[in-house]
Amino acid sequence: MTSVLKIKDLHVAVEGTPILKGVNLEIRQGEIHALMGPNGSGKSTLAYALAGHPKYEVTSGSIHLDDVDILELDPNERARLGMFLAFQYPVTIPGVKVADFLRHAVSNIRNPDRKEGEPLIPMREYRKELKGTMAGLGMDVEFARRYLNEGFSGGEKKRMEILQLAMLKPKFAFLDETDSGLDSDAVKVVSEGLNKLSGPEMGILIITHHERLLEFNVPQFTHVMLAGRIVETGDASLAQELHANGYKMVRERHPEAAAEEKEELETV
Amino acid sequence: MSTDAKDDVGIGDYQYGFKDPTDDYVFISKKGLNREVVAQISEMKNEPSWMRQYRLDALDIFFKKPMPDWGGDLSELDFQNIFYYVRASDKQERDWEDVPEDIRKTYDRLGIPEAEKQFLSGVKAQYESEVVYGSLQEDLAKQGVLFTDTDSALRDHPQLFKEYFSTIIPAADNKFSALNSAVWSGGSFVYVPPGVHIEFPLQAYFRINSENMGQFERTLIIVDEDASCHYVEGCTAPTYSTDSLHSAVVEIIVKKKGRFRYTTIQNWSNNVYNLVTKRAVAYADALMEWVDGNLGSGLTMKYPAIHLLEPGARGETLSIAFANSGQHQDAGAKMVHSAPNTSSRIISKSISKSGGRSSYRGLVKIDKGAYGCKSNVLCDALILDPESRSDTYPYIEIEEEDVVIEHEASVSKIAEEQLFYLMNRGLSESEASAMIVTGFIEPLVKELPMEYAVEMNRLIELQMEGSVG
Repeated sequence: MTSVLKIKDLHVAVEGTPILKGVNLEIRQGEIHALMGPNGSGKSTLAYALAGHPKYEVTSGSIHLDDVDILELDPNERARLGMFLAFQYPVTIPGVKVADFLRHAVSNIRNPDRKEGEPLIPMREYRKELKGTMAGLGMDVEFARRYLNEGFSGGEKKRMEILQLAMLKPKFAFLDETDSGLDSDAVKVVSEGLNKLSGPEMGILIITHHERLLEFNVPQFTHVMLAGRIVETGDASLAQELHANGYKMVRERHPEAAAEEKEELETV
Repeated sequence: MSTDAKDDVGIGDYQYGFKDPTDDYVFISKKGLNREVVAQISEMKNEPSWMRQYRLDALDIFFKKPMPDWGGDLSELDFQNIFYYVRASDKQERDWEDVPEDIRKTYDRLGIPEAEKQFLSGVKAQYESEVVYGSLQEDLAKQGVLFTDTDSALRDHPQLFKEYFSTIIPAADNKFSALNSAVWSGGSFVYVPPGVHIEFPLQAYFRINSENMGQFERTLIIVDEDASCHYVEGCTAPTYSTDSLHSAVVEIIVKKKGRFRYTTIQNWSNNVYNLVTKRAVAYADALMEWVDGNLGSGLTMKYPAIHLLEPGARGETLSIAFANSGQHQDAGAKMVHSAPNTSSRIISKSISKSGGRSSYRGLVKIDKGAYGCKSNVLCDALILDPESRSDTYPYIEIEEEDVVIEHEASVSKIAEEQLFYLMNRGLSESEASAMIVTGFIEPLVKELPMEYAVEMNRLIELQMEGSVG
C-alpha cells in the first residue's frame, strides 16, 4: 500500500510568532515535490514541524501519515514511522562515531518497537551493508570511523545526511536546503546520491533554491510558499520559471500574500 | 518531547547495590583510631619495627594536621567511627578455585573472571584490606618484574621497598597521606627492571565491603630506566547506610626514558569519602600518564600529580568525573615542572547531573630555571540539568619566563539541537542523551583497555536508561 502524508491547514508558531498560516500539502510515497519560496516564507519551518522540533508549536491543523496523527508523536517515534529530515545545518556530536550512531539509528528504525538496551542489529550484517552503501555513494569507508560531523566540510556534512537517508530508507524524506552552501561539484555529488535513492518507496520534499538538485531529481510537483502559505503549485516548469525570474511574478500574482510578507519583514 | 524533559535527563539508581555478608571475617580491628589500633595493625602483619614506628609517627602527624578547609565538605566524616583494618581471609590465594565462594560471587558480579580470561597479566583483587587472589605471569617473574601486594613486598623485598617507600609522598604531605601512612594495608607493589617492556596491562581490582570500614591501600610502583608498563585498577563498591572512607596513597617513580601509565576507574557507592593522594615523579625523557575516571562516591578529592624532575620529562593526565545526585567530585591534576624543556598536558572532563557537583582543581607550576617548558590544560564540563553544578579552580604558578602555558575551559549543556538531531534518526531521548554523554567522555574511554571501555560505556548507558520522563 502506498503511504500518504497529509498536511491540512497547518499553523505553526515559533516562540509565539506565527510562521505557517494554513499549509495544505499531500505527498505520496514515490513522489518528488519541490518546495520553493523566498527567505522567511516558512519552508524550513514546515520541515521542522513535520519532524517534530519542540520549538515549532503547531497551533492548529493536522498532519497524518496514513491514519496516524503524528502531531501526538515524539521526533523519534515519527522517525520510526518512516519520516526523515535532512538538515540544512547538521549538528556535530563530538566523540560519537558515525558507525556507532548509525547502527543505533538503523536498529530503531527497522525495529520500531525496540526498547533501550535491547540488541542492536548484528554487527557483521550491519558493517557489510554500511560498506556497500558507502561504496554506492562513492564515499570513503574512513567516514564511518569519524566522529559525527566533527571537522566535516559543508559538503561532507551533506553527504553524511545522504548516507543516513540511504541507510534508514524512510517513507518520507524532507531535504532542507541540502544543496545550500555547496560548490557545484558537491551539489552534483549530493544530487546524484539522492537520485540513486529515490524510487517508488520514498516520497521526497526538496526545499531548495538550486536548479541542479532538481535537474537530477525532477519534481512532479513544485510548490511556492509565500508568507506562510503555499500560494502556487505546478510542475517542474514552475521551478524553472522561478529560477529564471525569481519571485517577482509570484508576488504580483498574489498581492495579498506579498503585502503580508512585506509587513512581516518590517516588523522584524 | 517537551522542552522540560531535557532538563530531567536522569541517571538512575546506583547499579552495584549488592553486598555480601560480613560475618566470616577472620579479623576485624576495633572501630576508631589510636596508637593501640595502629600498633595492633602492625603486629597482626608481623612488620619490622621501622614500619611500626613509621606508622606511629604518621599517626601523630595525622592528629596534628588540621582538616583541609577547601575542596569538599568533610564535616560529617567521623574518624572514630571507622574500622581501620579488616582481613577477610587468612592467607593469600593463588588459585581461583581456592578463593572462598562468597568472594568469588562478588567478583563474578564485577566480571573479574572475564578480565582474567581476556588478559594474561596477573589479576590482583583486593578484597577488604588485602589481596586475596593473585596470579603472576611466570614470564614476568623471569624478567625480574615484581607484582605483588604491598604487604608482601615489605616482607619479601625489604631493601627495595625501604629505598622507595614514602619518598614521593611523605606521611606529612597532608592529613590523609598521614592517615594512610598510619593504617595502610594492601595495595599493589610493582617493580619493572631496566629495559623491560610489559605489553599487556597489569590489573588490580579493589573494593570495599564492610560497613564503616576504611580502605587504605598503599601502592608503590617503580619503573626503572628505559622500561615500560601500564597498570590498571578498577573499583566498584556496594551501597551502605553509613559512611565509609577510602584514602589511598599511590607513589610512582618513572626513571630515565621509562614510560608508565596508571589507569583508574573508580565507582564507589554514594556514601564513600574518596580522599586519595597520588603522585609520580618522572626523570629525564620519561613519560608518566594518569588516566583517571571518577564515578560514584559521596565526595572525591583527588588530584594526581606529576613532578617533572629532569629535562625532557613529559606528564599527561586525562581525567573524567561524573557527579550524580548527592555527589561532589572535586578532582583535577597537578603538574610541577622542575627542569627545563619538560612538557605536560591535562585534559579534564566532567559531567554533573541531578544536583551533582563537579569541580576541576588543578595546578601547573613552573619552577625557577625550568625554561622551555610547555603545558596545555583543557577543561570541559557538561551539565545535564539546572540543579547541577560545575566549578573550575585552575592555579598557575610560573617563576620562569621562557615557557608556553595554554589553558582552555568550556562549560556546555546537551544542546537541544543535538537531541533533536539524534531523535530525528530514531533514537529515544534517553538513548540520545546517553550517546552524547558517551561521546563527551570518548577521549578517555578510547584510552582504556577494551573491557574497561565496554564497562564504562555500559555504565553510562545503564545510568541514563529510562530516566527521561
